[in-house]
Amino acid sequence: MHVNLKILRYNPEVDKKPHWETYNVECEPGDRVLDLLNHVKWYVEPTLTYRRSCAHGVCGSDAMLINGRNRLACKILIRDLTKDGGTITVEPIRGLKVEKDLLVDMDPFFESYRAVLPFFINDDPVPAGERLQTVEDRERFDQGTKCILCAACTTSCPIFWVNGRYLGPAAIVQAHRFIFDSRDKGTSERLNLLNQNTGVWRCRTAYNCTEACPREIPVTQLIEEVKRAIMYQQA
Amino acid sequence: MQHHRYDVIVVGAGGSGLMASLYAAKNKNVSVAVISKLYPTRSHTGAAQGGVGAALGNVSEDHWEWHMYDTVKGGDYLADQDAAEIFAKDIIDAVYELEHMGLPFSRLPNGKIAQRKFGGHTKEFGKAAVERACYAVDRTGHMILQTLYQQNVKAGTTFFNEFQVLDLIIEDGVCRGVVAYEISTGEVHVFQAKSVVLAAGGYGRVFKITSNALSLTGDLMSIYYRKGLPLEDLEFYQFHPTGIAKLGILITEGARGEGGILRNDSGERFMERYAPSIKDLAPRDIVSRAIYMELREGRGAGKDKDYLLLDLTHLPRDVIEGRLPDITDFSRTYLGVDPVTAPVPIQPTAHYAMGGIPTTVDGECLANSSTTVRGLYAAGEVACVSLHGANRLGTNSLGDLIVFGKRAGIAAARYAQDAQFEDLPARADGAALDEIERLKSGHGTENAARIRKELQETMMDNVSIYRTDETMSRQVEILKELQARYRNVSVTDTSTKYNTELMEAMELGYMLDVAEAMTASALNRKESRGAHAREDFPDRDDENWLKHTMAYRDLSRPGEVNIGYKNVVLGKFEPKPRVY
Repeated sequence: MHVNLKILRYNPEVDKKPHWETYNVECEPGDRVLDLLNHVKWYVEPTLTYRRSCAHGVCGSDAMLINGRNRLACKILIRDLTKDGGTITVEPIRGLKVEKDLLVDMDPFFESYRAVLPFFINDDPVPAGERLQTVEDRERFDQGTKCILCAACTTSCPIFWVNGRYLGPAAIVQAHRFIFDSRDKGTSERLNLLNQNTGVWRCRTAYNCTEACPREIPVTQLIEEVKRAIMYQQA
Repeated sequence: MQHHRYDVIVVGAGGSGLMASLYAAKNKNVSVAVISKLYPTRSHTGAAQGGVGAALGNVSEDHWEWHMYDTVKGGDYLADQDAAEIFAKDIIDAVYELEHMGLPFSRLPNGKIAQRKFGGHTKEFGKAAVERACYAVDRTGHMILQTLYQQNVKAGTTFFNEFQVLDLIIEDGVCRGVVAYEISTGEVHVFQAKSVVLAAGGYGRVFKITSNALSLTGDLMSIYYRKGLPLEDLEFYQFHPTGIAKLGILITEGARGEGGILRNDSGERFMERYAPSIKDLAPRDIVSRAIYMELREGRGAGKDKDYLLLDLTHLPRDVIEGRLPDITDFSRTYLGVDPVTAPVPIQPTAHYAMGGIPTTVDGECLANSSTTVRGLYAAGEVACVSLHGANRLGTNSLGDLIVFGKRAGIAAARYAQDAQFEDLPARADGAALDEIERLKSGHGTENAARIRKELQETMMDNVSIYRTDETMSRQVEILKELQARYRNVSVTDTSTKYNTELMEAMELGYMLDVAEAMTASALNRKESRGAHAREDFPDRDDENWLKHTMAYRDLSRPGEVNIGYKNVVLGKFEPKPRVY
């Protein structure tokens, strides 16, 4: 089959603003969008620029806006997007500065990540073996542990688009992972951080983040659970 | 040119690099920085699924001696037994330590870390499979990578993300730093260091079908080899039995640990014929060869009879979706096959390099069979300690990262604490700049992607699961031709920012050179052992070949590889025939 791969391109060393370019590509229905991008880069237009690494949805490098939705280019197949002769549009994720073509500046995203104390806090003396944890307590924070920091959620969030100071869904998911871990002792510190005007109260439950997550994390629900935890802590 | 100075530089931010940086930085007398060509959380440690093996005995009785025995036997007796002993003992506390860092292991009803069966891991020296793989659902590597990155964030580690290392500065047998290219700006930086830890991963991308990330191109192995320094045991390359057909995406051995069965087109459980006692849980080299033989004898499934089937359909839905959610998702996404109701098409996929930069058990890099390169360390897949010998057991890669990444970090910091910064040569970045200039301003007509495709296809045809003198000799000539064509590659993207075309061209150069060392090593070893299976020399030959290969590029005769050897460290376990 053939599809038209329509890509929003931008090279800051040449272009004043982004422009669309379309590449007609021969492909199989089971190909990934990443396979098509690679084909264009390797055999048609070597300057095409994007990030990629694992190519199967676990490293989080290639979140892009594909046919109007945030997805990983390596985890969406052509047959799920269009038919023979159809068009697939690919743009950079929104809300972060475009550096070149589909590649954005991820530093602000990781700054928000670092701001929520995204690490285990427990200064008690450690036992000789493992700390014990029930199956239920482990399950309580399982969803957040799936996060691959691809930024698909944060860059689909309308609040993040208009206010870059909002920590955003991904950072809150990371905080949730520790807040609801029965072994962790940093909960009140994290809840105080997320109670600031850059934190959870910015969320307007648009559910874009939940729909964007390639790991099927119920992001909006996790944000709501953090909101509730803050209220119960204050009550 | 920007110049930086750190006591310890770590190259690579996967499991071993992040362990090394964490433990180097615990020494408060030294400054530490990590250089990665990716953002750290993109590293391929994150793709490991099934578990990390350690004799905790949480499910049934287990001992480190049993784990050591399995590792040595799994490696077809080529593993160095000093490394295997340190490993099997230390990994137990290392797993507890990861738990103390917050790693979310799955749990047993009694609250302890959950463990499951895995290929080649047995009780009582081979009697039956044992639950040794400590797991976090089927994303154990992801959780290790995340946890170690989190701990580095907590410790305030300095990272240089998206910097491609282009050269090691080694003069008079002493490592003095590294040269790296900042991908976002196109600037070349010189990092002066007292010690350097290489933790840059493997090179699976030299093969067409691989579980490895696009970024795994053997960069640091190649840079080391280009200096006339040796690469050890490169002929031993592991094919994982269960890659998703045609794509090579990994399906964890944990799927068989949970009860999955491999079947051919007639539904036969063929592993009963190849490994009667542990069947589907035989080590990977044995299962991959069995699959290859089934395919060759026409018992493959599908219209082209080119894949086999991993059957989980007899397992309860909650086991499949609960303990193997990621691979269930991969199968549904990429194949449209639901493993709950239908068997999953699989084929062997290039997965792991047992060989690499030779090191001591403290990660010190070796310049030959006995002398070290002062100030240079390596750990993880880039290194060959040699824990895995001729074939690595499942889960032992994650264990390797944790145990030997930590040892390398501690040793590098201890060395740096007492060492002085050594003078840098006048044009430390000269070779790197010349290479960039050649690729960017050349008038060659060759396309890097086409050469890479030919490399991957021919390596798959000639140097993969089964090898012969004929196929490998052919590959030696093919590689010479591809290297000659590589010299005529020029990059069309002239920009300085994020010139990923330039990076990919550099990576191709690394891949070609590692493939050269690998093919020469494989052609030279005239026996079959572990993952190195020669149809023309089908038996293991301990009398002549119980030794490590050391492949050196001949710097005075381009294209020639000189082969030396290093003794295997024997010990507790005498080499015996390897049957399962």
